[in-house]
Amino acid sequence: MPGWDFLSPDEWGVVLLTLDVATRSVVFGLPVAVLVAWLLARTHFPGRGLLDAFAHLPMVLPPVVVGWLLLLIFGLRGPIGAWLFNWFGVRLVFTTAGAALACAVTSFPLMLRAIRLSLDAVDPGLEQAARTLGAGPIDRFVNIILPLTAPGILVGGIVGFASCLGNFGAVITFAGNIHGKTQTLPLAIFTALQTPNGGETAARLSLVSVTLAIAGLLASQWVSRRVEILVGR
Amino acid sequence: MSLSVSFRHRFTNLELQIEFEAPTPGVVAFFGPSGCGKSTIVMAAAGLLKPDTCRIELDGAMLADTASGVSLPPEKRRIGLVFQDARLFPHMSVRNNLRFGMRRAPPGPIQLDDVVDLLGIAPLLGRRPRSLSGGERQRVAIGRALLTQPKLLAMDEPLASLDGPRKAEILPFLARLKTTLKLPILYVTHSTEELASLADTLVLLDAGRVVAAGPLPEIMTRSDLPLARRDDAGAMLTAKVVGHDADRQLTALQAGGARLWVPRLEHEAGTVVRARIPAREVILATEKPTQISAHNVIAGTVHGITAEPTRHETLVEVALDGVSLLARVTPDATESLGLVAGREVVAVVKSTSIEILPV
Repeated sequence: MPGWDFLSPDEWGVVLLTLDVATRSVVFGLPVAVLVAWLLARTHFPGRGLLDAFAHLPMVLPPVVVGWLLLLIFGLRGPIGAWLFNWFGVRLVFTTAGAALACAVTSFPLMLRAIRLSLDAVDPGLEQAARTLGAGPIDRFVNIILPLTAPGILVGGIVGFASCLGNFGAVITFAGNIHGKTQTLPLAIFTALQTPNGGETAARLSLVSVTLAIAGLLASQWVSRRVEILVGR
Repeated sequence: MSLSVSFRHRFTNLELQIEFEAPTPGVVAFFGPSGCGKSTIVMAAAGLLKPDTCRIELDGAMLADTASGVSLPPEKRRIGLVFQDARLFPHMSVRNNLRFGMRRAPPGPIQLDDVVDLLGIAPLLGRRPRSLSGGERQRVAIGRALLTQPKLLAMDEPLASLDGPRKAEILPFLARLKTTLKLPILYVTHSTEELASLADTLVLLDAGRVVAAGPLPEIMTRSDLPLARRDDAGAMLTAKVVGHDADRQLTALQAGGARLWVPRLEHEAGTVVRARIPAREVILATEKPTQISAHNVIAGTVHGITAEPTRHETLVEVALDGVSLLARVTPDATESLGLVAGREVVAVVKSTSIEILPV
């Protein structure tokens, strides 16, 4: 077994930054995914099909294009970016938060799909039953839908997290490749490969990457089994 | 005290137009072929379906009235609904399922412990719905609906998904519910057995319309209604146990003005039971037979008579002092006895043909 010195302090920094970026993406992206999944599964409004397509767009677009679109919207001259900067002094481009945003957007469809599958499996009849038992809309969402969708939300979170660890195109386009700030694992591997004698670093970081991905997938399997038992599915 | 319901709703392939009144408390049963709209009635009553027009008045209070804009959402309507498929929350224990509605309802007379006793679900409280049998689930669902302190309990074929023995397991609980809680109950069913055991008022439906509505014994013996044409057609009598004849091993029942003898029952004198007399078991005669093994020879008059040419049978409704029977005879017998409405006849029923229903 390799010890902590398997990676240099600098390389550990890259790993921790990557985990930080992925955590932020999931923390902010997952609630939005839950809300959008619920809107798509349970409500009917004009433009619902458009929202559905739009939410899944990052899955089919080249990540570089996603990053560029984010630059257009969240860049300092973009509509939302300018507003955030002028009112709150918040800048997303070339920051860790920006890297998290890029990851969140690209992994959003994955989270959405996992939640949506779980939500579709919840019998609407249970919500009807809850209504006749006196539960209003928020009550039903919190006490019936959320717990029954929990397996999907957790799996969506884990899969989303794992995919954030690997995002390259969107992050490098929107947040850049700044060491210690936005240089996540794949970016660091790419940089190492561009550097003479960087092959060894690239190999070590790739090994970490593979390990994290496998751990993520195993965790999602284990969690979904455990939670399904817990919610009585 | 009464319940009055009227509503109309247009589906793409069916127009519902339902109107009836029934005394309360009591069980109003809806009976009819599938697709006749009987489930829609309970969905509309609970507010899960919004009919075009709807008016539900219970003991003088308006539960819903689209004309005056009173249409409470299901969560505020206080109508307990029991679905055919129980719909227990899978992520909660039986206890928490029972408490779900209770916690969201104002305090009322129906207590958790009483309901648990009444339905015999004490051993299930810590379990998850997934591990329950169909019958157990249905009992929990009934308990959960009761604990919302409903003003009205609506049940949509609560026993339809259960097999024979499971049905027999729940039927007595339902009968007990009716006598102990004195709640008005709407009950959708397609089983004549459940009808005969539970219903006080019967609403017969076909293609979205009310074919007939009234007290159960009356509707069940009407020879002109579809119920009388069923193979299991017959009369339902509410009878009081008068006494037992230990030597002859018989029990005497009084139904209206008619005295009935049945094989010895265990019920105490004074108990009210429901007795079913199948139409195919009733023999008609024009004079009192002597020297006959049948214990029940009752005089009455022919009230209604309907030929059933496709089956080569005639359905005869016989009115006896305060009760009525249905007899199924051949057209030949009808002719040779000269059976017409108003004719005095004698109905002969073997004591062993009388079914005492589990109440």
